[in-house]
Amino acid sequence: MTITFTLNDRSVTVDVEPSTLVSELLRDTLELTGTHVGCDTSQCGACVIHLNGESVKSCTLLAGSVDGQELRTVEGLAGGTDDLHPMQVAFRDNHGLQCGFCTPGMLMSSIDLVNRNPDPTEEEVREWLEGNICRCTGYQNIVKSVIAGAQALRDASRGDDHA
Amino acid sequence: MPEVVGVGASPKRKEDLRFVTGHGNYVADIKRPNMSFGVFLRSPHAHALIRSIDTSEALEQPGVKAVFTGEDMKADNVGGLPVGWGISGKDGNPMKEPPHPPIALGKVRYVGDAVAFVVAETVEQAEAAAELIEVDYETLPHVVGAVEALQPGAPQIYDEVPGNLCCDWDLGDCAAVDAAFETATHVTSIDLVNQRLVGNPMEPRAAIGEYDAANGQHTLWTTSQFPHVVRLLMGEMVLGIPQHKLRVVAPDVGGGFGVKQFHYAEEAVVTWAATKLGGAVKWVCQRSEGFISDAHGRDHVTQAELALDTDGKFLAMRVRTYANMGGYLSTFGPNIPTNLYAPLLSGVYVIPSIYCEVKVVFTNTVPVDAYRGAGRPEATFVVERLVDTAALEMGIDKFEIRKRNMIPTESYPYQTPVLVEYDSGDPLGCLERSMELADVAGFAERRSASEANGKYRGLGVSTYVEACGLAPSRLAGQLGARGGLYESANVRVHPSGAVTVLIGTHNHGQGHETTFAQIVSERLGVPFENIDIVFGDTDKVQFGMGTYGSRSLVVGGSALNKASDKIILKGRKIAAHQFEAALEDVIFEKGEFSVSGTDKKKSFPEIAGAAYVPFDFPLETLEPGLEEQAFYDPVNFTYPGGAHICEVEIDPDTGVVRLDRYTAVDDVGTIINPMIVEGQLQGGIVQGVGQALFEHGVYDEQSGQLLSGSFMDYCMPRADNFPDFTIKPHSTTCTHTPMGVKGCGECGTIGSPAAVINAVVDALRPLGVSHVDMPASPNRIWNIINNSGARAAAE
Repeated sequence: MTITFTLNDRSVTVDVEPSTLVSELLRDTLELTGTHVGCDTSQCGACVIHLNGESVKSCTLLAGSVDGQELRTVEGLAGGTDDLHPMQVAFRDNHGLQCGFCTPGMLMSSIDLVNRNPDPTEEEVREWLEGNICRCTGYQNIVKSVIAGAQALRDASRGDDHA
Repeated sequence: MPEVVGVGASPKRKEDLRFVTGHGNYVADIKRPNMSFGVFLRSPHAHALIRSIDTSEALEQPGVKAVFTGEDMKADNVGGLPVGWGISGKDGNPMKEPPHPPIALGKVRYVGDAVAFVVAETVEQAEAAAELIEVDYETLPHVVGAVEALQPGAPQIYDEVPGNLCCDWDLGDCAAVDAAFETATHVTSIDLVNQRLVGNPMEPRAAIGEYDAANGQHTLWTTSQFPHVVRLLMGEMVLGIPQHKLRVVAPDVGGGFGVKQFHYAEEAVVTWAATKLGGAVKWVCQRSEGFISDAHGRDHVTQAELALDTDGKFLAMRVRTYANMGGYLSTFGPNIPTNLYAPLLSGVYVIPSIYCEVKVVFTNTVPVDAYRGAGRPEATFVVERLVDTAALEMGIDKFEIRKRNMIPTESYPYQTPVLVEYDSGDPLGCLERSMELADVAGFAERRSASEANGKYRGLGVSTYVEACGLAPSRLAGQLGARGGLYESANVRVHPSGAVTVLIGTHNHGQGHETTFAQIVSERLGVPFENIDIVFGDTDKVQFGMGTYGSRSLVVGGSALNKASDKIILKGRKIAAHQFEAALEDVIFEKGEFSVSGTDKKKSFPEIAGAAYVPFDFPLETLEPGLEEQAFYDPVNFTYPGGAHICEVEIDPDTGVVRLDRYTAVDDVGTIINPMIVEGQLQGGIVQGVGQALFEHGVYDEQSGQLLSGSFMDYCMPRADNFPDFTIKPHSTTCTHTPMGVKGCGECGTIGSPAAVINAVVDALRPLGVSHVDMPASPNRIWNIINNSGARAAAE
């Protein structure tokens, strides 16, 4: 089947099998390998992307179902390496990653949280990230990163208001 | 302005930009020309004879290129997977070391043992074809526990290993221990299970083999912590590929924790299959497949006794451990519960005599090998549960008994009765600092508050000592190591003065690209951004033993430091020539060569330039260029240590143990990057708490199946299980590493399980509980509470 959707602000038309998962489509066909696959039971969250602005596990989403929808992956967060999303900056600044494998999913989940709740508490961050497993960091610096990222986004939006 | 970023700074990590933007390069991300895909058919039985394998239908399926079995590899003279460390038993005889074919030959020995490898144009085609392979199994009785496997009449896993006993090993002076126990006023005895764990780095394993027939060149991309060792073991011992014709690349690797420090069958199979088929063959492990094919960790059953005198001073310790090896010996399997376990049983205490015997046993389970801490968390758990239980039994405060028996700081270097000599440490300082930070004094009040809410609160402490950077090679060789334990670093100074470091360790989360650049920046005065660290490719890096056992900074960093010394010496020789000064008058400081007492100065880039444009250069006595290499073989282990204090609150209605406070004070020696060290400790503590509260690789005795075989069943620690931790360094300087570093990668995992379980036992002490096995899961705790009778009485 042929599907057309928006991926990181660009229109994509591609043939997929009915059984193809979005994670497979992104990684194998479109060669966007920033979205990772860390399990086969939809538990680890390494594959989280945004579907119409909300976080979803791309390993449980059939490619056929995203026809006409809008997707964003970790590769679509930054304008360039010197124009990172504030959440990417926050993860870097706060040592919110070690091996980097869970990081794309962590970023996509965290940005969705902050979109819904611009000023989350530490407890809210920890609860929200329950579906993203990290084996390296012990989570403390991820939580710190998300809170710092949220602060940066609030500051940026205040800046926009003033402008 | 580019700046020097040296020791003690916490710059942003160099590696992070590619990771936060989704541009990491993991093995599963790699595509090669003419690449096909392989899947393994694995045994559903714990123990069975393979009567026959019919691959004919699978071979007829669309896209299928080949189906390989163990017999095919045997016919091609492929060897078995080697063991990197051989041990010898009490009787002096070497361990039993049966062959370990990459694909099973004639018999399967655990659920997950590989039976066939299918290669097709797509993964889906290979998976579909694998289902059509007909294997005629004759199932045999199986055994999954180490103690059970030693029972008379237990199923025999190998004809050549009577009673399934791989090795009956011991360490220490048995007679001295027996004599000390005779004189004891008190003996504390405990039975412990250190449960099986599945390491689960977030990136599943993967491997791509490729063969370039025109050049006779083989390449393996693999999720490995030690590509050079894989090249050596697989090339020389399994496939017979000469070293210069085999390139092994371990690019970005998504966590290791020991799980990726073994030479795995899949690496050999894809490399061999690519040679047979041409082009590239890729295998990516599914998580559920990883649960039954990644080497597991721990799995000890232990009986331990501590003899004490009237004052609660330790006299002797006696330990007997049954260590489960699984169905085959993994690369370092037999070394972990022996040489990396018993020598740590002295902990941070003066214990005049110690005797430990370990029965190393085959079972019908996934092979067991090193997992973060590897032997040392098991030893610490034994020591700290013994000490805590002894305190309780003798009515001595848990901190007091520890202080009373600690090695005094002035007694370092301290020779333990179990081989190792600790060079430095301050256990009392660590303990006292942790008690302050944890507000031990305020615990009674917090416990009362919990009780008022119907909750149980407990406080637990654990001290620990760790042994990092397994060394030296000569001693390790005497203990059975079959390879060296040094590390190598090459410092390549470019004509501009920028530096590329080629190092044999492997970075898979530890931040080496940052920490090692800080060392070079500090030593050579080169701006941090002008230094790159290269690792993980045997065609680029000269040699290396890789990353495990918290060795990277201790051994690799020391090699880097030594290579930097050589660069400085050569730079001084060049400068001396240009200054027309004596070598001993030329000093190098903060990136500048100068002659003392004069205004003659040359910058590091100027000297680097002169080395490559040698017009004003002592060509008669010195070669042009500025590149130096060093191999460093340590003189001893390093011994980080510390004290961890944990506070838990238990809800009797649910049995949930909530970690409320966690304080860690660790002596990791000189700290190069405080941010990275704290991150290592945070992650390590969570892995240790994972063992204490959540994780368990459970085998069903009846079926031999791994019951906790997915993230649905195996409880991984998650963000909402933890508070923020309080982590502070309390360092003494290592006396024998050039920078005084000790390592920090495993400290958290070693110190935390006993601290948590001691806290859980402390919380449940009012119910008469004296021991709780790991994991202290809600189910286990709820049952303890509800079966204690105390609850019914209270209600």
